[in-house]
Parts: sequence; structure tokens; C-alpha cells
Amino acid sequence: MSEKPKGKLALYWAASCGGCDIAVLQIGARILDVAAAFDIVLWPCAADGKVRDVEKMADGEIDVCLFNGGIRTSEQEYMAQLLRRKSKVLVAFGSCAQEGCIPGLANMNNRREIFDSVYKEGSATTPENSDDVRPQPETEMPEGTLHLPVFYDTLKTLNQTVEVDYYLPGCPPEGDMIWTAITAIVEGKLPPPGSVIGANTTVCDECKRTRTEKKIKKFYRTWQIKPDPDICLLEQGLICCGIATRAGCGGLCPEVNSPCIGCHGPNDGVQDYGARMMSALASVIDSDDPEEIEQIIRDGVPDPVGSFYRFSLASSLLRRKKRSTNGNGAAAATKTKAS
Amino acid sequence: MITTQKSARIGVYICHCGTNIAGALDVEQLTAFADKLPQVVLAKNYKYMCSDPGQDLVKKDIAEHGLDRVVVVACSPLLHEATFRKAAEDAGLNPFLVQMANIREQVAWVTRDKVDALEKAKAHVAAAARRVAQHEPLERKSVPITPRVLIVGGGIAGIEAALTLADADKEVILVEREPSIGGHMSMFDKTFPTLDCAACILTPKMTAVKSNPHIKLLTHSEVEKVDGAVGSYKVRVRRKARYISEENCVGCMACIDECVFPKPKFPNEYDQGLGLRKPVYLPFPQAVPPVPIIDPETCLQLSKGQCKQKCVEACGERQAVLLEQQDSIEEFEVGAIIVATGFKPFNPSVMPYYGYGTLPNVYTSLEIERLINAAGPTGGKLMLRDGSTPKRVVIVHCVGSRDKNYHTYCSKVCCMYSLKLAHLVKEKTEAEIFNCYIDIRTPGKGFEEFYNRVQNEGVHFIRGKVGDVSPVVSDNGQPTNMMTIQVDDTLLGKVRKIDADMVILAVGLEPQKDAEEVRRMFGISCSTEGFFLEKHPKLAPVNTANDGVFLAGVCQGVKDIPETVAQASAAAAKALALIDRGSIELEPNTAIIDEEHCSGCRVCNNLCPFEAIEYDEEKGVSRVIAELCKGCGTCVAACPAQAITGVHFTNNQIIAEIEGVLYDSAPPRKEAVSV
Repeated sequence: MSEKPKGKLALYWAASCGGCDIAVLQIGARILDVAAAFDIVLWPCAADGKVRDVEKMADGEIDVCLFNGGIRTSEQEYMAQLLRRKSKVLVAFGSCAQEGCIPGLANMNNRREIFDSVYKEGSATTPENSDDVRPQPETEMPEGTLHLPVFYDTLKTLNQTVEVDYYLPGCPPEGDMIWTAITAIVEGKLPPPGSVIGANTTVCDECKRTRTEKKIKKFYRTWQIKPDPDICLLEQGLICCGIATRAGCGGLCPEVNSPCIGCHGPNDGVQDYGARMMSALASVIDSDDPEEIEQIIRDGVPDPVGSFYRFSLASSLLRRKKRSTNGNGAAAATKTKAS
Repeated sequence: MITTQKSARIGVYICHCGTNIAGALDVEQLTAFADKLPQVVLAKNYKYMCSDPGQDLVKKDIAEHGLDRVVVVACSPLLHEATFRKAAEDAGLNPFLVQMANIREQVAWVTRDKVDALEKAKAHVAAAARRVAQHEPLERKSVPITPRVLIVGGGIAGIEAALTLADADKEVILVEREPSIGGHMSMFDKTFPTLDCAACILTPKMTAVKSNPHIKLLTHSEVEKVDGAVGSYKVRVRRKARYISEENCVGCMACIDECVFPKPKFPNEYDQGLGLRKPVYLPFPQAVPPVPIIDPETCLQLSKGQCKQKCVEACGERQAVLLEQQDSIEEFEVGAIIVATGFKPFNPSVMPYYGYGTLPNVYTSLEIERLINAAGPTGGKLMLRDGSTPKRVVIVHCVGSRDKNYHTYCSKVCCMYSLKLAHLVKEKTEAEIFNCYIDIRTPGKGFEEFYNRVQNEGVHFIRGKVGDVSPVVSDNGQPTNMMTIQVDDTLLGKVRKIDADMVILAVGLEPQKDAEEVRRMFGISCSTEGFFLEKHPKLAPVNTANDGVFLAGVCQGVKDIPETVAQASAAAAKALALIDRGSIELEPNTAIIDEEHCSGCRVCNNLCPFEAIEYDEEKGVSRVIAELCKGCGTCVAACPAQAITGVHFTNNQIIAEIEGVLYDSAPPRKEAVSV
């Protein structure tokens, strides 16, 4: 790797938990090979680097940017656009950038509701806020105007904001997959732009459990049963998303008797992961009686969005709960009627 | 936009369909709209697109303008998709690059306002244009047909169809639920209007079925499951235990003679319960096969496990009596199926005012057929319950038919069989006979002449619906044989009361009780009254929506014997035309599993209604058997990995269609939205 001239690498963290940045370290000692192959020009989590330095770069000067996180604020949107411009290859790194992930579940609410929940109703992380103080994009202070990024109503994925070259699935991506991607980039052996770097089959392919035809009479939550370690978890009534989730993880969760929750996102060509899961499960419910089917679903799936769109709500066909405001602007949210 | 546009040269052709479409919306405006759609090279309208000049228009443009996609905006694809696919094919275009937008049934006929209709039609046109751009050329595949036909129902319809096919040296599997074939016709005495003896004309056909080497006859059997598709249906038949071996029985009837019951004791279903039988019995003397059957509910050995088993002893070394026999399952592969499951007579006990079931001498017409039949329980002697001969008989027409409380349809055969029964009863008993009718309907060969004949024989005709049948009590309060029939004589304009000692209810025909299950099993539809639905009421009266399934007889709608026989012959001819071809062209719109994407999760494995999905244990993937796949899309929707594609119904094609509806044709809002 070190024989080639050094490339420039940027890593960025937008609306995500930070786990993706840490996941990079999962490649272990090979990080040294990365450092040998690339100059890291921006990695706010690990190294010093200034936005203004990036702004000064020529367009396309960065060889690869691994961008994790979705786009929730104006600042993240700006950084996405900036890094897109400056990078030859932009990789949506991890589930948040690819499909919105957990932060995308907030698309079931709008900004006002999120702020209500965080700043007004209080929680373990916010002290009581009796004055109902909320973050404002601009705050006048004697010293001058303070700025905060605008918090958007809807979380968008990276490719809903800028064009993305490659996707690295996972919450977070697995070390081996990251290494495969980096190697491919360094060696120039990349698949066609727009591809997801990973397998094009689903977790079942890597799961060692025995599978038969599926007929499900009752769904269970994980705490309700002690699953048989050798039989397909879904056939035992656990909502295992392995059937719809891209392989690549090695089937880690089912291996330890825990159903797949779908962190690796949809298989190739799937436009709506949750719809796929629902239509698959609906197909194997073992009843012809509409009332019984209704009952099986009501009892077994108390939270359909959380179960089927945990990682993909923002990238689904509908993207979010019906909006009662007219979008992203700061002023719009105040016009919302109570919902 | 989710779909990426593909480059295409689309021609759009809008049909006036005379005034059907052109009268309901502005076709010129629609043409102008279509002309501006992306990738549409030209848009035209024409009076009748399906006519030769209309089709020539398409062909000429394909050649002159290099069109590679065609949208025909006209009627239902059910009617003319084949026409325009053929036209495109003639002009050298793959037929699957044609899309129809149905603005006749879905817009013109159902939209009153011309402006609304135009907007709706625009949505259809835009959807079709976007979709057709995503079409791929497809090839039809040819698969062999199993040259064997399953016929369900051994009444006259099934018998006729079976014999016709056997005449053409085709193998037939004839399945009958009852212990004997013959159906309702075998219960009748004479047939109208010629007064042929029903048994005399039917039984030769029944025995011909039995002796024909091409016909495998399965009586006392029911079809349980049908899989597969036209050309290769897999059929599972349950042969219910008869407890007497058809192979070993020689028809000596010794088992019946020697049964521990010295005399017949149980009502014979075949005689409508008017006659009696033993637990071991032959339904009727001419039954085919001529093999007795043992009723497990009344047989002492089978019901209580205790009997001297004299029947076994009587049968001796032939060992035909098999009290240990169990149901057995047989499976067949057939290329076509004829459904001839017949009807059941309307049960008048739901009409308390006619006294059926409470007044002893109120009979249904089918019961009278048994009573006047020489092979019936009374040896053909028509008598009241007490054994006396009826003197005054009222025949009540339209029982259960033409009645909004029961069936609104006319059962068609009741007028004629009532006339026949009037004639036969008069002939046998000299009784005075009253026909109470709503209308006499005799449109058939020799029918009106027969009506005149019966009138001339002195049978009374009263135009009016019978309102009530009540018992006459004698002066000392004892019940009598007599009944009073109250009828509103609409010709005299007054209510008449007629005393009679026998009432015959001319009950209508209705679908079999299990018609719904049968319908589902064979993948066909029902009309509102429950009779099976033909593919087209005029032009495809024996076909169904399921390509290899044909209909014969009353299961499709009320009809008399000649019509039934004609339809059965037609069904046989259609089935023959299908299976005789040797092979069948399959529509290419099947499902395909991409083995690269399939992880073998097996979600799809038990969903296919045609059993077209198999699982390859070795490779750990599922596979679609193209010959069996009908392209229904069930597995496509269910596949969580999107490894299954519905050819000609890909996601892109469907989403492109939706985008056409929602995006290109977004109509101007009628009221401005206040901001």
C-alpha cells in the first residue's frame, strides 16, 4: 500500500451516535496501513482539522471521504455539501448516512415535538426548563450575535442531500467490511458508483440455523421465550429481520440466540425495507381468518415502525410521518397546529 | 422521481370507441396532452383503434417513425390487448412493448363530468406512457400439455363431456361425489317436452362411461386439491370408503339380501327419503357402477362394531365386502378440467306458508319425480302419504325463484317440468290439476306446443302467485287430507281458494352448497347468485378466467337437459382443442428468483397457489418453476430480500406507472389553497 503516493482521507460525523468513528478502529493494526496510504485531512473525532482548511482545498482534492451520520441540521447539510465538492469519492459510512438509522426514527415527530420532548417535558438529561428556553439559530448577546445550526424538521439521509458514490452498511459497519472497502478504494477496484459495498444476499445466508417452510401462529418478544438454538428464530415466532437484511455481519445476532434487528439495511434493489419485512411476515402468518390475523399482529407487533423501520425510516418511500408543517425552515414549525 | 427514465420512442393512440370514449371526454385535448409527455414521439386519435385501419395506423407509424413503444388508450386489455400486441408484432415490434390504458371502462363509462373524465384519462395515459418506457422485450415459452381431462361431476353434463372426449381417444378422469353417476337426470321419470323416459336415454350413456377404456370413473369420491396450472394441473382425489370393492364385486347383491336387517329401514337419499333402504344398498337399480355401498352410519358393524357380518359371509370367497376399508387418496396430472358440479333444488321448508315439511301431502317436484318413476319407491304409483290416490292437485310455480326474498332469477326449467308433471299426474291418476303460475315461459323447441297440449288435456291454469297452503280440518276437528290453497288470480282480479289433496312445489334450482369451496379450489369466480362465472357471457360461455378450466351444465347457470348436453359438448370441444395442441404457449410474465440475491430464507416456499416454488436444499436457494408460475406476484411481494422479480410487473414498472398518475398528470386544483 505504501508504494503508492499518499492520498487524502477525510472522515466526518453528522447526525449519528459516534459509534461509526469508533468502528473505524475495528480494523485494528491495519489502521497503520491506512495512515501510510493516506493523509488524514479531517477527522474531528480523532485529529485536529479545521473546516476552513477544507474550504480552501481545491474541488476533488480529497480522495476519499467516509461520512457517517444523517443530515439533521444546517451545519451537517453544509458539511455534506462541502465534503461532496472536495472529495473524489464520497462514502455513506454506516446506517445513519445510508438510511437514517435511529436518529431517523425522529421522523415520526416534527421539530417542535422533538424540542418539546427534550427542552420542555424534561428527561434524565435535561433539567427542568420552566422558562421554556429553546435553541435559536441566532441569539443577540452584548458581545455580538451567537449562531446555532438550524434544526430541521426532517432527518435526511446523505444521498437525499448530496450525491453519494458508495455505501457501507451497518450500525456500525463491521471492521472487515471497512477494510474491504478501504482496500478496494486504494486498489481502485471499486464497483459501479452507487453500489453498496457488501454482500447482495441476506443474513439468512450466513445464519447456521435450520429453516423450513414458514408458518407463524404467534409472534413473541425476545423476553417471552427461550428460543431453540438450532431452529430459525423467525419460525419460532421471534421477529428476526435477517430475512430482509443485507448479509455481511456473519449473522452475529442469531448466532447468540438473538433475532436480527436489521442494522445492515436492505438487500440490493429494495426500495423500502420495512415494507419488505411487513409484506414477508404478513405472507407467512398461519391463518385465513381476518380477525385472528388482526389479533396475531396486534399482540405480536406492538411497535411496527420500531420493529420494521428501526434503521430505515428516513430512507423509506414515505420517509416520515405525515408532515403538518411545510418543511425545513425555522419559522415553519411555529405555524404547526397541535398534533 | 424514483425511477430513472429510459430513452424510448413512444407512440400514443387514443381510441374514440365510437362515442363510448369520444362522447365522454375531449379526445383532442387528451391527444394534445399525450403528445407533450416525455419520450412520446407522436400521439393520435382514431374512431376505432381495434379496426383494421386503426391497427394499420400503429403498424405504419412503427415503420415510419421508428416507434419502439406503443400505448393504446382504449378499452380493457382483457378485450384488445391481444389485438394490439399482434399488430405490434406484425410490424416487427416485440408484443410486450405495448401497453393499454383503459379509459373506456375505467373512465368514460364511470365519469359523468367531461372535465373530470379528461383529467382522469390524462392520469391513465401518463401512467401507461411512463410504464411502457420501462418495458422489456419478452419471449413466450412453450410447454407440453398433459393430454388428460378431469371432469368433476357425473351428471348428464359430466357424462356427455366424458364420452365426447373419450370418443376422441382422450383420457378422462370422471369424479362423482355420489355412489353412482347419473345426477339429477337419473331421478326423473320423463323429460319434457318429448316425454322420453329419462332412464331410457340416460342409462345407455352411464354404462358407456363404465365400459369406456379411456374413462377412469371414480364414484363416491371428491376432488380435494388442485395445484398447478393449465396444461399440467395436479389433482388430488379422495376416494371415500365404499366398504365394497369395486374390483371384486360382481353385482350379485347377495350382501344386500343377507344383511342382518331383514327389511329396508333407512330413508334412501336417492329417493328423496321417500323410499327405504338397508345399510348396504344400491342407490337405484341402474346405478353405475352397479356396486352396492355400505352406509357407515347405519351399518351395525361400522357404527357400533357389533354385527354378525352376514354380508361378508354372503360375499364369500369373492371377498368384495371390505368392512376395514379406509378412504384412499389418488393423484392425477391433467391438462384441462371441466367443472360440471350441477345444482341443488331449492329447499321450500324455509317458506312456512307453503307447509312443506309440516303438511304431509305437500311435495317438491323432485319428490313427485320419484313417486311417478317406475323405479321409485312406489313402483311408479302416485299416491298420498296414506296410500290413496290424489284427486285434486295444485302445482305451485316459481317456488324460490323470481322471488326477491329467495332468488330473483327465473329457474327456467320449472314451467316446463310443471307442465310435464301436470300431464303425467293426470295421465296416472285422472286427478283435477291446477297450475298456479306467475307467467308461463315456454321458449324452446316444441315447448309452446306442449303447453297447448296440456291445456287441451283439461289442466287448469291460474295466473297468480300462491299465498298460502293451509290444512282443512273436518267438522269434528279431525285433520283431513285436504288443503286449501289461496291464490291471487290476477286474471279474474280476485283471491281464489282451491281445495286439493296434493300440492306440488315447483322448486327452483340453486348452486350447490359447497359451490364457494369448489370455486376457490378451481380458481374460478361466481356470479352474485353463486353460479360459476363464465369468461364472457356471450363469447366465452364455457371458458372461465382460469385458462384450463371449463364449465358445463347448471353449475354455470340454470338450463335444461338439451342445453346442458350442448354446453357439455362445447366444454369437451374446448378442452379437446386445448389438450390436443400438444403444447401451450406460456405468458412470459412469471416470477424469477435471482439466486445471487436469494438467501434461502424460505418465506416464499408455501405461498405459491400454483406450487411453482421449489427449494434447492443443496444450494440453499428457492426456485420458480416457470411452467407452473402464473405470474400472480404473491411471492414477489413476500420476498424480503427482493430476490424475486415479477417479469412485466417489476418495481420500476409499477412505480413508473404511479409516478405517471401522480406527477405528469397532476390536475390543476379546482379551488386555490389558501396559504
